[in-house]
Amino acid sequence: MAIQVRIPSVLRRQTEGAETVSLEGATIGEILMSLETRYEGLKGKLCGPQGEIRRFVNIYINDNDVRLLGGPTTKVSEGDEVTIIPAVAGG
Amino acid sequence: MAEAMSFVKGLKCKECGAEQPVAPRAICEDCFGPLEVTYDYAALARTFDRDRVTARPRSMWRFRELLPVDGERILGEEVGGTPLVRADRLAARLGVRELYVKNDAVNFPTLSFKDRVVSVALTKAREFGMTTVGCASTGNLANAVAAQGVRHGFETCILVPEDLEAAKILGTTVFGARLVGVKGDYDQVNRLCSQIADRFGWGIVNVNLRPFYGEGSKTVGYEIAEQLGWKAPANVVCCMAGGSLITKIAKGFGELAELGFIDKSPTAFHGAQATGCNPIVTAVKDGSGEIRPVKARTIARSLAIGNPADGYYAARLIRDSGGQAEDASDTEIVDGIRLLAETEGIFTETAGGVTVAVAKKLIEQGRLSRTEPIVLVITGNGLKTMEALTSTAAVYPVIEPRLEAFEKTMARADAAAAAKSAAAAGATEAGAGPTISAFAAPSSFVTSSNSAVPPAPNHGRTSWPSR
Repeated sequence: MAIQVRIPSVLRRQTEGAETVSLEGATIGEILMSLETRYEGLKGKLCGPQGEIRRFVNIYINDNDVRLLGGPTTKVSEGDEVTIIPAVAGG
Repeated sequence: MAEAMSFVKGLKCKECGAEQPVAPRAICEDCFGPLEVTYDYAALARTFDRDRVTARPRSMWRFRELLPVDGERILGEEVGGTPLVRADRLAARLGVRELYVKNDAVNFPTLSFKDRVVSVALTKAREFGMTTVGCASTGNLANAVAAQGVRHGFETCILVPEDLEAAKILGTTVFGARLVGVKGDYDQVNRLCSQIADRFGWGIVNVNLRPFYGEGSKTVGYEIAEQLGWKAPANVVCCMAGGSLITKIAKGFGELAELGFIDKSPTAFHGAQATGCNPIVTAVKDGSGEIRPVKARTIARSLAIGNPADGYYAARLIRDSGGQAEDASDTEIVDGIRLLAETEGIFTETAGGVTVAVAKKLIEQGRLSRTEPIVLVITGNGLKTMEALTSTAAVYPVIEPRLEAFEKTMARADAAAAAKSAAAAGATEAGAGPTISAFAAPSSFVTSSNSAVPPAPNHGRTSWPSR
Protein backbone atom coordinates (compact mmCIF):
# COMPACT_ATOMS: atom_id res chain seq x y z
CA MET A 1 0.00 0.00 0.00
CA ALA A 2 1.47 3.33 -1.09
CA ILE A 3 1.14 6.34 1.19
CA GLN A 4 1.86 9.94 0.21
CA VAL A 5 4.42 11.48 2.56
CA ARG A 6 5.05 15.25 2.65
CA ILE A 7 8.68 16.17 3.14
CA PRO A 8 9.65 19.50 4.77
CA SER A 9 12.13 21.75 2.98
CA VAL A 10 14.81 21.10 5.57
CA LEU A 11 14.99 17.47 4.33
CA ARG A 12 14.53 18.04 0.63
CA ARG A 13 18.21 18.13 -0.13
CA GLN A 14 18.17 14.43 0.69
CA THR A 15 15.04 13.73 -1.37
CA GLU A 16 16.44 15.37 -4.51
CA GLY A 17 14.02 18.23 -4.00
CA ALA A 18 10.88 16.08 -3.86
CA GLU A 19 8.08 17.68 -1.82
CA THR A 20 6.07 14.48 -1.58
CA VAL A 21 7.17 10.90 -1.94
CA SER A 22 5.07 7.78 -2.28
CA LEU A 23 6.16 5.11 0.18
CA GLU A 24 5.09 1.57 1.09
CA GLY A 25 4.16 0.61 4.64
CA ALA A 26 1.30 -0.32 6.96
CA THR A 27 2.64 1.61 9.96
CA ILE A 28 4.58 4.83 10.50
CA GLY A 29 7.62 2.72 11.41
CA GLU A 30 7.41 0.80 8.13
CA ILE A 31 7.03 4.00 6.17
CA LEU A 32 10.13 5.45 7.83
CA MET A 33 12.00 2.24 6.90
CA SER A 34 10.86 2.68 3.27
CA LEU A 35 12.05 6.27 3.40
CA GLU A 36 15.46 5.07 4.61
CA THR A 37 15.63 2.46 1.85
CA ARG A 38 14.95 5.11 -0.78
CA TYR A 39 17.08 7.88 0.75
CA GLU A 40 19.84 6.48 2.92
CA GLY A 41 20.50 8.38 6.14
CA LEU A 42 17.15 10.12 6.31
CA LYS A 43 15.63 8.00 9.06
CA GLY A 44 18.49 8.84 11.39
CA LYS A 45 17.50 12.50 11.22
CA LEU A 46 13.93 11.71 12.22
CA CYS A 47 14.45 8.89 14.71
CA GLY A 48 16.79 8.19 17.57
CA PRO A 49 18.88 5.00 18.04
CA GLN A 50 15.93 3.04 19.50
CA GLY A 51 13.70 3.98 16.59
CA GLU A 52 11.82 6.56 18.64
CA ILE A 53 10.69 9.70 16.85
CA ARG A 54 13.01 12.56 17.76
CA ARG A 55 11.81 15.21 20.19
CA PHE A 56 11.56 18.03 17.64
CA VAL A 57 10.11 15.99 14.79
CA ASN A 58 6.35 16.04 14.38
CA ILE A 59 4.72 13.40 12.19
CA TYR A 60 1.04 13.67 11.38
CA ILE A 61 -1.40 11.22 9.84
CA ASN A 62 -3.89 13.54 8.19
CA ASP A 63 -4.63 15.88 11.13
CA ASN A 64 -3.35 13.79 14.02
CA ASP A 65 0.03 13.87 15.73
CA VAL A 66 1.29 10.28 15.84
CA ARG A 67 2.57 10.97 19.37
CA LEU A 68 -1.08 11.10 20.43
CA LEU A 69 -1.71 7.85 18.54
CA GLY A 70 0.73 4.96 18.72
CA GLY A 71 4.06 6.54 17.76
CA PRO A 72 5.99 4.48 15.19
CA THR A 73 3.54 1.56 15.55
CA THR A 74 0.59 3.70 14.42
CA LYS A 75 -1.22 2.07 11.51
CA VAL A 76 -1.84 3.93 8.29
CA SER A 77 -4.61 3.24 5.79
CA GLU A 78 -5.08 3.70 2.06
CA GLY A 79 -5.67 7.39 1.29
CA ASP A 80 -4.02 8.70 4.47
CA GLU A 81 -1.55 11.53 4.07
CA VAL A 82 1.54 11.54 6.26
CA THR A 83 3.22 14.90 6.94
CA ILE A 84 6.63 15.45 8.53
CA ILE A 85 7.00 18.91 10.09
CA PRO A 86 9.62 20.44 12.35
CA ALA A 87 8.38 21.99 15.59
CA VAL A 88 7.39 25.67 15.26
CA ALA A 89 7.64 28.38 17.90
CA GLY A 90 4.70 29.86 19.77
CA GLY A 91 2.79 32.89 18.76
CA MET B 1 21.28 54.87 16.30
CA ALA B 2 24.35 55.01 14.15
CA GLU B 3 26.21 52.24 15.88
CA ALA B 4 26.59 49.29 13.55
CA MET B 5 28.31 46.42 15.19
CA SER B 6 27.43 42.82 15.52
CA PHE B 7 28.70 40.25 17.96
CA VAL B 8 26.78 37.39 16.38
CA LYS B 9 28.91 34.34 15.67
CA GLY B 10 26.27 32.28 13.91
CA LEU B 11 23.55 29.71 14.47
CA LYS B 12 24.01 26.60 16.55
CA CYS B 13 21.75 23.58 17.07
CA LYS B 14 20.56 23.39 20.68
CA GLU B 15 20.48 19.61 20.43
CA CYS B 16 23.50 18.37 18.50
CA GLY B 17 25.64 21.53 18.52
CA ALA B 18 26.04 21.67 14.72
CA GLU B 19 26.93 25.20 13.60
CA GLN B 20 25.52 27.07 10.63
CA PRO B 21 25.93 30.55 9.20
CA VAL B 22 23.25 33.19 9.79
CA ALA B 23 20.34 32.68 7.38
CA PRO B 24 16.54 32.58 7.53
CA ARG B 25 16.40 29.07 8.90
CA ALA B 26 15.32 27.65 12.22
CA ILE B 27 15.88 23.91 12.07
CA CYS B 28 19.03 21.81 12.20
CA GLU B 29 19.38 19.75 9.06
CA ASP B 30 21.04 16.95 10.99
CA CYS B 31 18.65 16.34 13.87
CA PHE B 32 15.68 18.72 13.48
CA GLY B 33 16.71 20.50 16.70
CA PRO B 34 16.08 24.25 17.00
CA LEU B 35 18.85 26.63 15.95
CA GLU B 36 19.91 29.34 18.33
CA VAL B 37 21.95 32.52 17.80
CA THR B 38 25.41 32.49 19.38
CA TYR B 39 27.47 35.55 20.29
CA ASP B 40 31.10 36.41 20.91
CA TYR B 41 30.74 37.25 24.60
CA ALA B 42 34.45 37.89 25.08
CA ALA B 43 34.41 40.63 22.44
CA LEU B 44 31.13 41.94 23.83
CA ALA B 45 32.56 42.22 27.34
CA ARG B 46 35.39 44.42 26.02
CA THR B 47 33.15 47.11 24.53
CA PHE B 48 29.71 46.81 26.08
CA ASP B 49 28.96 47.96 29.60
CA ARG B 50 26.13 49.19 31.82
CA ASP B 51 26.90 52.87 31.23
CA ARG B 52 26.40 52.35 27.53
CA VAL B 53 23.01 50.82 28.22
CA THR B 54 21.78 53.53 30.56
CA ALA B 55 22.94 56.35 28.27
CA ARG B 56 20.46 55.25 25.61
CA PRO B 57 16.71 55.91 25.39
CA ARG B 58 14.56 53.54 27.41
CA SER B 59 13.60 50.76 24.99
CA MET B 60 14.56 47.15 24.40
CA TRP B 61 17.20 48.36 21.95
CA ARG B 62 19.31 49.69 24.82
CA PHE B 63 20.65 46.15 24.68
CA ARG B 64 21.19 46.03 20.94
CA GLU B 65 24.65 44.46 21.21
CA LEU B 66 22.92 41.40 22.68
CA LEU B 67 20.41 41.18 19.84
CA PRO B 68 21.06 39.37 16.55
CA VAL B 69 21.09 42.29 14.12
CA ASP B 70 23.92 43.26 11.83
CA GLY B 71 23.08 46.61 10.30
CA GLU B 72 22.46 50.12 11.54
CA ARG B 73 18.79 50.13 10.73
CA ILE B 74 16.58 49.02 13.64
CA LEU B 75 12.85 48.58 12.99
CA GLY B 76 10.90 49.46 16.11
CA GLU B 77 13.42 51.46 18.14
CA GLU B 78 10.63 52.49 20.55
CA VAL B 79 9.57 48.96 21.50
CA GLY B 80 10.01 47.67 25.06
CA GLY B 81 11.24 49.61 28.07
CA THR B 82 8.02 48.79 29.89
CA PRO B 83 7.50 49.52 33.62
CA LEU B 84 8.55 47.20 36.41
CA VAL B 85 5.93 48.03 39.03
CA ARG B 86 6.46 47.43 42.73
CA ALA B 87 3.17 45.70 43.59
CA ASP B 88 2.73 46.27 47.33
CA ARG B 89 -1.05 46.01 47.40
CA LEU B 90 -1.02 42.71 45.53
CA ALA B 91 1.85 41.57 47.76
CA ALA B 92 -0.26 42.28 50.82
CA ARG B 93 -3.17 40.31 49.40
CA LEU B 94 -0.92 37.37 48.60
CA GLY B 95 0.99 37.59 51.86
CA VAL B 96 4.46 38.12 50.37
CA ARG B 97 7.10 40.71 51.18
CA GLU B 98 8.48 41.89 47.83
CA LEU B 99 6.54 41.59 44.61
CA TYR B 100 6.95 43.22 41.19
CA VAL B 101 4.99 43.20 37.97
CA LYS B 102 6.86 43.47 34.68
CA ASN B 103 4.11 45.15 32.75
CA ASP B 104 4.28 44.31 29.06
CA ALA B 105 0.53 44.90 28.90
CA VAL B 106 1.60 48.44 27.96
CA ASN B 107 4.23 47.55 25.42
CA PHE B 108 4.46 49.61 22.24
CA PRO B 109 2.77 49.47 19.78
CA THR B 110 0.30 46.60 20.35
CA LEU B 111 0.23 46.02 24.12
CA SER B 112 1.97 42.66 24.46
CA PHE B 113 5.49 41.27 24.80
CA LYS B 114 5.22 40.11 21.19
CA ASP B 115 6.12 43.63 20.08
CA ARG B 116 9.67 42.80 21.20
CA VAL B 117 10.12 39.63 19.20
CA VAL B 118 8.55 41.19 16.12
CA SER B 119 10.88 44.20 16.28
CA VAL B 120 13.88 41.88 16.06
CA ALA B 121 12.26 39.60 13.46
CA LEU B 122 11.35 42.48 11.12
CA THR B 123 14.75 44.11 11.50
CA LYS B 124 16.19 40.76 10.44
CA ALA B 125 13.66 40.28 7.63
CA ARG B 126 14.75 43.64 6.19
CA GLU B 127 18.41 42.62 6.45
CA PHE B 128 17.57 39.40 4.58
CA GLY B 129 15.84 41.43 1.85
CA MET B 130 12.40 39.94 2.51
CA THR B 131 9.37 41.98 1.47
CA THR B 132 6.54 39.89 2.95
CA VAL B 133 6.32 38.92 6.61
CA GLY B 134 3.79 36.78 8.42
CA CYS B 135 3.14 34.52 11.34
CA ALA B 136 1.01 31.82 12.86
CA SER B 137 -0.59 33.37 15.88
CA THR B 138 -2.92 32.98 18.80
CA GLY B 139 -3.58 36.73 18.54
CA ASN B 140 -0.93 38.90 20.16
CA LEU B 141 1.72 38.06 17.61
CA ALA B 142 -0.79 38.75 14.84
CA ASN B 143 -1.36 42.26 16.23
CA ALA B 144 2.36 42.92 16.53
CA VAL B 145 3.24 41.69 13.04
CA ALA B 146 0.32 43.61 11.54
CA ALA B 147 1.14 46.94 13.17
CA GLN B 148 4.91 46.87 12.80
CA GLY B 149 4.79 45.17 9.40
CA VAL B 150 2.59 47.91 7.98
CA ARG B 151 4.58 50.67 9.62
CA HIS B 152 7.84 49.44 8.15
CA GLY B 153 6.49 48.86 4.67
CA PHE B 154 6.21 45.09 4.52
CA GLU B 155 3.46 43.08 2.87
CA THR B 156 1.86 40.96 5.57
CA CYS B 157 0.14 37.60 5.71
CA ILE B 158 -1.08 36.48 9.10
CA LEU B 159 -2.75 33.19 9.99
CA VAL B 160 -4.85 32.65 13.10
CA PRO B 161 -7.47 30.20 14.36
CA GLU B 162 -10.76 31.51 12.95
CA ASP B 163 -12.52 31.88 16.32
CA LEU B 164 -10.10 34.21 18.16
CA GLU B 165 -11.21 37.01 20.48
CA ALA B 166 -12.80 39.92 18.58
CA ALA B 167 -10.19 42.46 19.71
CA LYS B 168 -7.34 40.31 18.45
CA ILE B 169 -8.97 39.99 15.04
CA LEU B 170 -9.81 43.69 14.85
CA GLY B 171 -6.37 44.58 16.23
CA THR B 172 -4.91 42.86 13.17
CA THR B 173 -7.23 43.87 10.35
CA VAL B 174 -7.38 47.54 11.38
CA PHE B 175 -3.81 47.95 10.17
CA GLY B 176 -4.78 46.68 6.75
CA ALA B 177 -2.85 43.49 7.27
CA ARG B 178 -3.83 40.44 5.26
CA LEU B 179 -5.42 38.09 7.79
CA VAL B 180 -6.44 34.51 7.09
CA GLY B 181 -8.57 32.59 9.59
CA VAL B 182 -7.96 28.86 9.68
CA LYS B 183 -10.58 26.30 10.64
CA GLY B 184 -8.64 24.61 13.37
CA ASP B 185 -6.64 25.17 16.52
CA TYR B 186 -3.30 26.96 16.84
CA ASP B 187 -1.30 23.78 16.31
CA GLN B 188 -3.02 23.28 12.97
CA VAL B 189 -2.41 26.92 12.02
CA ASN B 190 1.21 26.42 12.96
CA ARG B 191 1.55 23.38 10.77
CA LEU B 192 0.04 25.17 7.81
CA CYS B 193 2.36 28.14 8.37
CA SER B 194 5.35 25.85 8.37
CA GLN B 195 4.27 24.58 4.94
CA ILE B 196 3.64 28.14 3.72
CA ALA B 197 7.15 29.17 4.80
CA ASP B 198 8.44 26.22 2.81
CA ARG B 199 6.45 27.14 -0.30
CA PHE B 200 6.77 30.94 -0.37
CA GLY B 201 9.89 32.97 0.27
CA TRP B 202 8.27 34.92 3.08
CA GLY B 203 9.65 35.78 6.47
CA ILE B 204 7.36 33.92 8.81
CA VAL B 205 8.52 35.34 12.11
CA ASN B 206 7.96 32.26 14.24
CA VAL B 207 8.95 29.75 11.57
CA ASN B 208 12.00 30.60 9.45
CA LEU B 209 12.89 33.74 11.46
CA ARG B 210 12.42 31.96 14.79
CA PRO B 211 16.05 32.01 16.01
CA PHE B 212 16.15 35.81 15.70
CA TYR B 213 12.56 36.41 16.78
CA GLY B 214 13.04 34.44 20.00
CA GLU B 215 16.04 36.56 21.00
CA GLY B 216 13.75 39.58 21.38
CA SER B 217 12.26 37.95 24.47
CA LYS B 218 15.62 38.15 26.25
CA THR B 219 15.04 41.88 26.64
CA VAL B 220 12.30 41.17 29.19
CA GLY B 221 15.03 39.66 31.35
CA TYR B 222 17.55 42.45 30.70
CA GLU B 223 15.01 45.08 31.65
CA ILE B 224 13.89 43.32 34.83
CA ALA B 225 17.50 43.05 35.99
CA GLU B 226 18.26 46.68 35.17
CA GLN B 227 15.07 47.93 36.82
CA LEU B 228 15.87 45.99 39.99
CA GLY B 229 19.16 47.89 40.22
CA TRP B 230 21.21 45.45 38.17
CA LYS B 231 20.31 42.21 39.85
CA ALA B 232 18.25 39.18 39.00
CA PRO B 233 15.26 38.42 41.24
CA ALA B 234 15.11 35.25 43.36
CA ASN B 235 11.87 34.23 41.65
CA VAL B 236 10.23 34.79 38.28
CA VAL B 237 6.70 33.60 37.53
CA CYS B 238 5.96 33.48 33.81
CA CYS B 239 3.13 32.11 31.70
CA MET B 240 3.96 29.54 29.07
CA ALA B 241 2.51 28.87 25.63
CA GLY B 242 5.26 27.61 23.34
CA GLY B 243 7.64 27.83 26.32
CA SER B 244 10.14 30.18 24.70
CA LEU B 245 9.74 33.36 26.78
CA ILE B 246 10.63 31.82 30.15
CA THR B 247 13.79 30.27 28.70
CA LYS B 248 14.79 33.54 27.04
CA ILE B 249 14.39 35.50 30.28
CA ALA B 250 16.75 32.98 31.85
CA LYS B 251 19.15 33.36 28.94
CA GLY B 252 18.97 37.14 29.43
CA PHE B 253 19.94 36.92 33.11
CA GLY B 254 22.71 34.45 32.22
CA GLU B 255 24.18 36.76 29.60
CA LEU B 256 24.14 39.77 31.93
CA ALA B 257 25.97 37.70 34.53
CA GLU B 258 28.47 36.55 31.93
CA LEU B 259 29.16 40.18 30.99
CA GLY B 260 29.49 41.17 34.64
CA PHE B 261 26.42 43.47 34.55
CA ILE B 262 24.87 41.50 37.43
CA ASP B 263 26.13 39.00 39.97
CA LYS B 264 25.57 35.34 39.24
CA SER B 265 22.58 34.79 41.44
CA PRO B 266 20.32 31.83 40.96
CA THR B 267 16.77 32.67 39.94
CA ALA B 268 14.03 30.08 40.35
CA PHE B 269 11.78 30.08 37.28
CA HIS B 270 8.16 29.15 37.88
CA GLY B 271 6.02 28.25 34.87
CA ALA B 272 2.29 28.91 34.59
CA GLN B 273 -0.22 27.36 32.19
CA ALA B 274 -3.97 27.00 31.94
CA THR B 275 -5.40 23.72 33.20
CA GLY B 276 -7.04 23.27 29.80
CA CYS B 277 -3.64 23.36 28.06
CA ASN B 278 -0.86 22.28 30.42
CA PRO B 279 1.59 20.00 28.59
CA ILE B 280 4.68 21.74 30.04
CA VAL B 281 3.32 21.69 33.60
CA THR B 282 2.55 17.99 33.16
CA ALA B 283 6.06 17.30 31.90
CA VAL B 284 7.53 18.96 35.01
CA LYS B 285 5.12 17.34 37.44
CA ASP B 286 5.43 13.78 36.14
CA GLY B 287 9.20 14.12 36.22
CA SER B 288 9.61 12.98 32.60
CA GLY B 289 10.45 16.38 31.13
CA GLU B 290 8.99 15.08 27.87
CA ILE B 291 6.11 16.89 26.23
CA ARG B 292 2.98 14.97 25.35
CA PRO B 293 0.87 17.15 23.07
CA VAL B 294 -2.67 17.97 24.18
CA LYS B 295 -5.80 19.39 22.59
CA ALA B 296 -6.12 22.86 24.11
CA ARG B 297 -9.37 23.91 25.79
CA THR B 298 -9.03 27.15 27.75
CA ILE B 299 -10.17 30.78 27.81
CA ALA B 300 -6.48 31.69 27.78
CA ARG B 301 -6.38 31.58 24.00
CA SER B 302 -2.96 33.20 23.77
CA LEU B 303 -1.54 30.22 25.71
CA ALA B 304 -3.50 27.56 23.81
CA ILE B 305 -0.59 25.74 22.22
CA GLY B 306 -1.03 22.01 22.65
CA ASN B 307 2.35 21.08 21.20
CA PRO B 308 4.83 23.63 22.58
CA ALA B 309 8.03 23.74 20.54
CA ASP B 310 10.17 24.95 23.44
CA GLY B 311 8.25 22.98 26.05
CA TYR B 312 11.11 20.58 26.65
CA TYR B 313 13.54 23.42 27.38
CA ALA B 314 11.02 25.25 29.56
CA ALA B 315 10.38 22.12 31.64
CA ARG B 316 14.11 21.54 32.01
CA LEU B 317 14.72 25.15 33.08
CA ILE B 318 11.97 24.97 35.71
CA ARG B 319 13.37 21.75 37.12
CA ASP B 320 17.03 22.81 37.03
CA SER B 321 16.38 26.25 38.53
CA GLY B 322 14.45 24.81 41.46
CA GLY B 323 11.19 26.35 40.21
CA GLN B 324 7.63 25.11 40.22
CA ALA B 325 5.08 24.44 37.50
CA GLU B 326 1.37 24.84 38.06
CA ASP B 327 -1.83 25.46 36.14
CA ALA B 328 -5.00 27.51 36.69
CA SER B 329 -8.61 26.75 35.79
CA ASP B 330 -10.70 29.16 33.74
CA THR B 331 -12.40 30.44 36.92
CA GLU B 332 -9.04 30.98 38.61
CA ILE B 333 -7.78 32.81 35.51
CA VAL B 334 -10.65 35.30 35.68
CA ASP B 335 -10.07 35.71 39.43
CA GLY B 336 -6.39 36.34 38.68
CA ILE B 337 -7.20 39.08 36.15
CA ARG B 338 -9.49 40.76 38.68
CA LEU B 339 -7.04 40.43 41.56
CA LEU B 340 -4.31 42.23 39.61
CA ALA B 341 -6.75 44.85 38.37
CA GLU B 342 -8.25 45.50 41.81
CA THR B 343 -4.94 45.72 43.63
CA GLU B 344 -2.55 47.32 41.16
CA GLY B 345 -4.71 48.98 38.54
CA ILE B 346 -3.22 46.79 35.83
CA PHE B 347 -5.65 45.17 33.41
CA THR B 348 -4.09 42.07 31.94
CA GLU B 349 -5.43 39.54 29.50
CA THR B 350 -6.20 35.91 30.27
CA ALA B 351 -2.53 34.89 30.01
CA GLY B 352 -1.66 37.37 32.76
CA GLY B 353 -4.56 35.99 34.76
CA VAL B 354 -2.87 32.60 34.50
CA THR B 355 0.37 34.04 35.86
CA VAL B 356 -1.31 35.76 38.81
CA ALA B 357 -3.50 32.77 39.61
CA VAL B 358 -0.58 30.36 39.55
CA ALA B 359 1.57 32.67 41.70
CA LYS B 360 -1.28 32.85 44.23
CA LYS B 361 -1.65 29.09 44.25
CA LEU B 362 2.08 28.45 44.66
CA ILE B 363 2.29 30.94 47.54
CA GLU B 364 -0.73 29.47 49.30
CA GLN B 365 0.70 25.98 48.90
CA GLY B 366 4.05 27.05 50.32
CA ARG B 367 5.84 26.34 47.02
CA LEU B 368 6.86 29.95 46.42
CA SER B 369 8.77 31.99 48.99
CA ARG B 370 6.90 34.69 50.93
CA THR B 371 10.12 36.51 51.83
CA GLU B 372 12.21 36.54 48.63
CA PRO B 373 11.59 38.94 45.74
CA ILE B 374 9.13 37.70 43.12
CA VAL B 375 8.62 39.13 39.63
CA LEU B 376 5.39 38.34 37.78
CA VAL B 377 5.79 38.63 34.02
CA ILE B 378 2.58 40.12 32.62
CA THR B 379 2.63 39.62 28.88
CA GLY B 380 -0.57 41.11 27.48
CA ASN B 381 -3.44 43.57 27.86
CA GLY B 382 -6.91 42.89 29.22
CA LEU B 383 -8.65 45.04 26.65
CA LYS B 384 -7.90 42.30 24.13
CA THR B 385 -9.71 39.53 25.99
CA MET B 386 -12.76 41.25 27.43
CA GLU B 387 -14.94 38.25 26.54
CA ALA B 388 -13.44 36.47 29.53
CA LEU B 389 -14.83 39.08 31.92
CA THR B 390 -17.98 40.62 30.52
CA SER B 391 -20.32 38.11 32.14
CA THR B 392 -19.02 38.99 35.62
CA ALA B 393 -17.61 42.50 35.53
CA ALA B 394 -19.98 44.74 33.62
CA VAL B 395 -22.32 45.30 36.57
CA TYR B 396 -23.07 48.88 37.58
CA PRO B 397 -25.98 51.11 38.50
CA VAL B 398 -27.73 53.24 35.92
CA ILE B 399 -29.65 56.25 37.26
CA GLU B 400 -31.73 59.22 36.19
CA PRO B 401 -29.64 62.40 35.85
CA ARG B 402 -30.76 63.76 39.24
CA LEU B 403 -28.79 64.25 42.46
CA GLU B 404 -31.49 62.52 44.51
CA ALA B 405 -31.21 59.37 42.41
CA PHE B 406 -27.45 59.42 42.83
CA GLU B 407 -27.71 59.73 46.63
CA LYS B 408 -30.18 56.83 46.75
CA THR B 409 -27.80 54.67 44.73
CA MET B 410 -24.89 55.55 47.01
CA ALA B 411 -26.89 54.55 50.06
CA ARG B 412 -27.76 51.21 48.49
CA ALA B 413 -24.13 50.62 47.53
CA ASP B 414 -22.98 51.44 51.06
CA ALA B 415 -25.47 48.91 52.45
CA ALA B 416 -24.34 46.27 49.96
CA ALA B 417 -20.69 46.92 50.78
CA ALA B 418 -21.38 46.70 54.51
CA ALA B 419 -23.19 43.39 54.03
CA LYS B 420 -20.33 42.17 51.89
CA SER B 421 -17.61 43.04 54.39
CA ALA B 422 -19.66 41.49 57.19
CA ALA B 423 -19.88 38.31 55.13
CA ALA B 424 -16.16 38.47 54.36
CA ALA B 425 -15.33 38.96 58.05
CA GLY B 426 -17.43 35.88 58.83
CA ALA B 427 -15.58 33.88 56.19
CA THR B 428 -12.21 34.99 57.57
CA GLU B 429 -13.23 33.92 61.04
CA ALA B 430 -14.16 30.57 59.56
CA GLY B 431 -10.57 30.19 58.43
CA ALA B 432 -10.74 31.05 54.74
CA GLY B 433 -7.95 33.10 53.25
CA PRO B 434 -8.45 36.34 51.34
CA THR B 435 -10.61 35.72 48.32
CA ILE B 436 -11.74 37.76 45.39
CA SER B 437 -15.48 37.85 45.35
CA ALA B 438 -17.85 39.20 42.76
CA PHE B 439 -19.40 42.58 43.36
CA ALA B 440 -22.64 42.03 45.26
CA ALA B 441 -25.12 43.88 43.14
CA PRO B 442 -28.43 45.03 44.64
CA SER B 443 -31.49 44.16 42.62
CA SER B 444 -31.72 47.67 41.18
CA PHE B 445 -28.30 47.29 39.58
CA VAL B 446 -28.24 46.22 36.00
CA THR B 447 -26.04 43.82 34.17
CA SER B 448 -25.08 45.39 30.93
CA SER B 449 -26.24 43.55 27.86
CA ASN B 450 -23.65 45.39 25.83
CA SER B 451 -20.53 43.24 25.77
CA ALA B 452 -18.40 46.20 24.67
CA VAL B 453 -18.97 48.02 27.96
CA PRO B 454 -15.78 48.01 30.01
CA PRO B 455 -15.79 46.76 33.59
CA ALA B 456 -17.38 49.17 36.03
CA PRO B 457 -14.80 51.62 37.38
CA ASN B 458 -16.09 51.18 40.93
CA HIS B 459 -15.57 47.48 40.77
CA GLY B 460 -14.16 45.79 43.82
CA ARG B 461 -14.45 48.78 46.14
CA THR B 462 -15.30 47.90 49.65
CA SER B 463 -16.84 51.28 50.44
CA TRP B 464 -17.78 54.51 48.80
CA PRO B 465 -15.94 57.67 49.72
CA SER B 466 -17.42 59.52 52.66
CA ARG B 467 -19.54 62.50 51.78
